[in-house]
Amino acid sequence: MPRRLQIVAVILYEGFVEFTAPVAEPAPRRVGGRLHRFANPGRFLRLSGRVLPWLAWPGAILTAAGLVWGFAFSPPDWQQGETVRILYVHVPAAWMASAGYAGLAVASLFSLVWRHPLADLAAAEISPVGAGFTALCLVSGSLWGAPEWGTWWVWDARLTSVLVLFFLYLGHVVLVRAFDNPERGYRAGAILALIGAVDLPIIHYSVQWWNTLHQGNSISLIGPSRLYITMLWPLLIASLGFTLVFAAIVTARLRAAVMERRIRALLQSRAEAAEVVA
Amino acid sequence: MRFSALIGRELRLSLRHGGDTLAVLLFFVLAASLFPLALGPAPGVLRAIAPGIVWVTALLASLLPLDRLFGADFEDGSLDLLLLSGLPAAAVALAKAAGHWLVTGLPLLLIAGPLATMLGLRPAALPVLLAGLGLGTLVLSLLGTAGAAIVLGARRGGVLLPLLVLPLATPVLIFGAGAAAAGSPRAALLYLAAILAAALPLCPLAAGAALRAAVE
Repeated sequence: MPRRLQIVAVILYEGFVEFTAPVAEPAPRRVGGRLHRFANPGRFLRLSGRVLPWLAWPGAILTAAGLVWGFAFSPPDWQQGETVRILYVHVPAAWMASAGYAGLAVASLFSLVWRHPLADLAAAEISPVGAGFTALCLVSGSLWGAPEWGTWWVWDARLTSVLVLFFLYLGHVVLVRAFDNPERGYRAGAILALIGAVDLPIIHYSVQWWNTLHQGNSISLIGPSRLYITMLWPLLIASLGFTLVFAAIVTARLRAAVMERRIRALLQSRAEAAEVVA
Repeated sequence: MRFSALIGRELRLSLRHGGDTLAVLLFFVLAASLFPLALGPAPGVLRAIAPGIVWVTALLASLLPLDRLFGADFEDGSLDLLLLSGLPAAAVALAKAAGHWLVTGLPLLLIAGPLATMLGLRPAALPVLLAGLGLGTLVLSLLGTAGAAIVLGARRGGVLLPLLVLPLATPVLIFGAGAAAAGSPRAALLYLAAILAAALPLCPLAAGAALRAAVE
């Protein structure tokens, strides 16, 4: 474990040094160098084409299985009754809202520090999908709050911080597409995404720091679950399904973006050739 | 020293375009005086929400001049020269943030006292409101500088800027207005100071990176 931490520390330090270097020069390719192999669009399209069905189909099947199990075959809650079944949409969507932003922040780090062209595109393609999942989380939570809390919305710390996350996603979506030069949009979006990452720990700890309407965490990576096993299994399956579906949508969008870029380059070279002939 | 020369340049520029600062102050006072007209002049209601009104309007007012913070320098090429001056890009951004606070945050702070009194804030709560605003406007200047650097060169940058800065400014608003409304403001003020301590190094770094990307 300490060794792994050491590697993470070295990567972060190198990233920081390269990020803050005052002179603009091509970044040395130490950590990012190996990843630059995937910057070749042809290689990326081939590889991702092979990976995509393995994300999409298991994702769809697991999501369907988790939701059917959760909606039809898991027990109702002793307090909330049938309403508890919103859990199987709400929690996976909330998980993907945060995890998606973490992915956006990592892609932004790669895009800023190592100027990885694929990371640029990935950041631009993650944010609309993440915004969609965050919207799903907010809407399902609101529909759950109406019968259980007696209100559609409260300005509680967890709800507010997720709403801020939603705005951060939307701001990133708009910002990346607001520049005539796409490279400038990727840089600006990456800086914004990294600043916005401070919201992630706030979301995670909001239910512990401020004790309000939203309940605390019932499941965690460390320590036992406070959710009964017949509810935990469909939830975990749906969460895994949501994760794979998220990854599949992002991969498909990424492939479309790479192809779009190719088509644009092709059209441009054709137009230039026509100009020469004329 | 180049850093203080840069701040001096900002101050001279804003002195010669004094109307800009005045417009910000006027917006602050006008926007705040809309609330008693809309909510009715009942003193009880106004006293309860006075800190919130002052905070929200100060936040919006401090966003107004951000659009031109780097805009003019970017268009006429001064920004390239500033970045070539030998100062790190982050220091240029920090100087700009300091300039923004001196010509926007400080005047807002000075006029917030009379404004809050007009809204019926208890005199005892006034020092806390001003202390919070003092810390908070500094953070807003830093955040706003980072936001202004990020949207530099974007289409409709002026519209985009509040969309990016406002979500990030929510913690400042929560703790700032909370300090003025709470019985014991110490915790909220300490949180504000902590946010300032984090924003002071990080925002200029981010703004500097964005400035370098803008002139690339």
